[in-house]
Amino acid sequence: MWRNIRIGFFLAVRQVRRASKWTTSLIIGVMVLTFLNLVVVSGILVGLIQGSIESYHQQYTGDVIISSPLTKNYIENTSNVMAILDTLPQIEHVSVRYKAGSVIEANYQTRRETDKADTASGQLIGIDPLSEDAVTGLSSHIMEGLYLTPDDYDQVLVGYFMLKQYVPIDSPDFTALHDVHIGSKIRISVHGVTREVTVKGILKSKVDNVRRAVFMNGRETRDLIDRTDGNAAEIAIKLKAGTDPIAVSEALKLRGVGDYARVQTYADAQPQFLKDIVQTFATLGAAFSSIGLVVATITIFIVIFINALTRRKFIGILKGIGIDGNAIEIAYVFQSIFYAVVGSTIGLAIVYGFLVPYFISNPINFPFSDGILVAPVGQTIRRVLLLVIATLIAGYIPAWMIIRKNTLDSILGRN
Amino acid sequence: MIETRKLVKTFKNGDVITPVLRGVDFKAGEGEWIAIMGRSGAGKSTFLYQISLLDDPSSGEIDIDGHDTHTMSANEKMQFRLSKFGFVFQDYALLPELTALENVALPLLMQGLPKAKAYAKSTEMLKRADLGHRIDNLPSQLSGGEQQRVSIVRAVVHDPKVLFADEPTANLDNDSSLHIMEIFKDLHRRGQTIVMVTHEEQYAKMAERIIHLDDGRIVSEQKQ
Repeated sequence: MWRNIRIGFFLAVRQVRRASKWTTSLIIGVMVLTFLNLVVVSGILVGLIQGSIESYHQQYTGDVIISSPLTKNYIENTSNVMAILDTLPQIEHVSVRYKAGSVIEANYQTRRETDKADTASGQLIGIDPLSEDAVTGLSSHIMEGLYLTPDDYDQVLVGYFMLKQYVPIDSPDFTALHDVHIGSKIRISVHGVTREVTVKGILKSKVDNVRRAVFMNGRETRDLIDRTDGNAAEIAIKLKAGTDPIAVSEALKLRGVGDYARVQTYADAQPQFLKDIVQTFATLGAAFSSIGLVVATITIFIVIFINALTRRKFIGILKGIGIDGNAIEIAYVFQSIFYAVVGSTIGLAIVYGFLVPYFISNPINFPFSDGILVAPVGQTIRRVLLLVIATLIAGYIPAWMIIRKNTLDSILGRN
Repeated sequence: MIETRKLVKTFKNGDVITPVLRGVDFKAGEGEWIAIMGRSGAGKSTFLYQISLLDDPSSGEIDIDGHDTHTMSANEKMQFRLSKFGFVFQDYALLPELTALENVALPLLMQGLPKAKAYAKSTEMLKRADLGHRIDNLPSQLSGGEQQRVSIVRAVVHDPKVLFADEPTANLDNDSSLHIMEIFKDLHRRGQTIVMVTHEEQYAKMAERIIHLDDGRIVSEQKQ
């Protein structure tokens, strides 16, 4: 067997080295495209959702989020929770949020009694502007106007999805405020309490919790929603670089935080539908990739079959002078592996050297996310192996078909 | 060395059965040089393919070097061809992507010789055939005569018991043909058994014995 492998390798190296450069380039080109199809199609599909998950993580939940239990709309003993958080050295920043469902009204000054009120519903979120910015970088999402300062009073930031001029959605179920700009007066109503505020900034984000919300200083929000006990609705936590969110989440639960609130890592806190979409897109990607793999397998099969068929005479001569048929089959298998490995290597260079950095710098602009290319190394290596195995089979079968033909018929070109 | 008894080969095409060899009895001794002649369709190449184990006869027996080939498996026949036979084909049959040296070294490598030794022996043999300057050339870079010389060196590099040659000069000009026959003569002088099919009488006459085939039968034998 070893001798056959040796001869197979000997023949394969020379056949590849001295083959037509056009043919070799064409086969390798097919392998590169197949590899890209395997990795990039599913990577982008998953990346569209991964971008959304990453945005939710970066712009809203932080690394760990503590939120009110399902039975309450606040975290009991928030001061105790804060004291516990102070004892954890892995925590870099914390943002305490106060939340309530609210109705926002605009243009009430000019509305006639018979006119329909210009309202939109959204979350009112009370924050400490500096802490929130430290955790989620909220100030970087200001598209118009200015970010809040701790001293601002009756000033708010409005998510752009609440403003008609930015959202060209014309649906009876989707309400947005008309003609609201920086400096516009709007009214916020929570549980029957109304306050007039001024729009200081407009936020642009693809995270619903940000783009469909109104942000206000926490102190004022507490008054408005009657949360005078100081209990918050959410605490978003940013961890020091390299810290495992699961470890911190577990540590918080061990210290009893789980008794008052839900403690979740950013991954746990993702909406279930996003997790389902990731799964669905991964399946779709796998389906598309499988088709690509079958096409590549057939292409390699045809290429090797034609190659073996046109070289049938020489295969006959090799067998005639006593070269084992297995050695000739191995030569074709080595050639197939060579094409697959070179194609995959070029594909890897394109994916990790160009496409992944490119999509990070230029994400795909989808309404709900900034799509990136997700190509985990482990998964990519599995796909390389899949491609090599498929190509190996595609190379072996035609070689086997030609080699099993009668030696003399091959030499003489008889059918 | 080689003995056939009542060797028959027929080809079947649908319902049509065409007999090509009709019971050939033949003997070749060690070190003999035999030329097989006959008109086109006489069965001379078919006969060569049977005794060189490239094809299976329809009936009859072939003994080579004391081995009854009838009972051999395809793999054993392949091993036999590798270790005991050398082949020279009319169209040289060199592998186009291998250099002259690599073509010649191939049977040695297949026999398990280390590459360095196989290359050394092949180089020496090529030099002996005046091809020392061509060892790194591909077949496409060689003339017809040079290709056939490489083919002969490949056929004898592993010291086979029998050298089979099927019309070795058919595609060559006179000078090249003569050169090839001189090599055969030299090999024969060194004790090489040669069975050669040719339709050129002048070259057949260089052999020790000429066998004439006609209509699948040996019709005459002529000793030189």
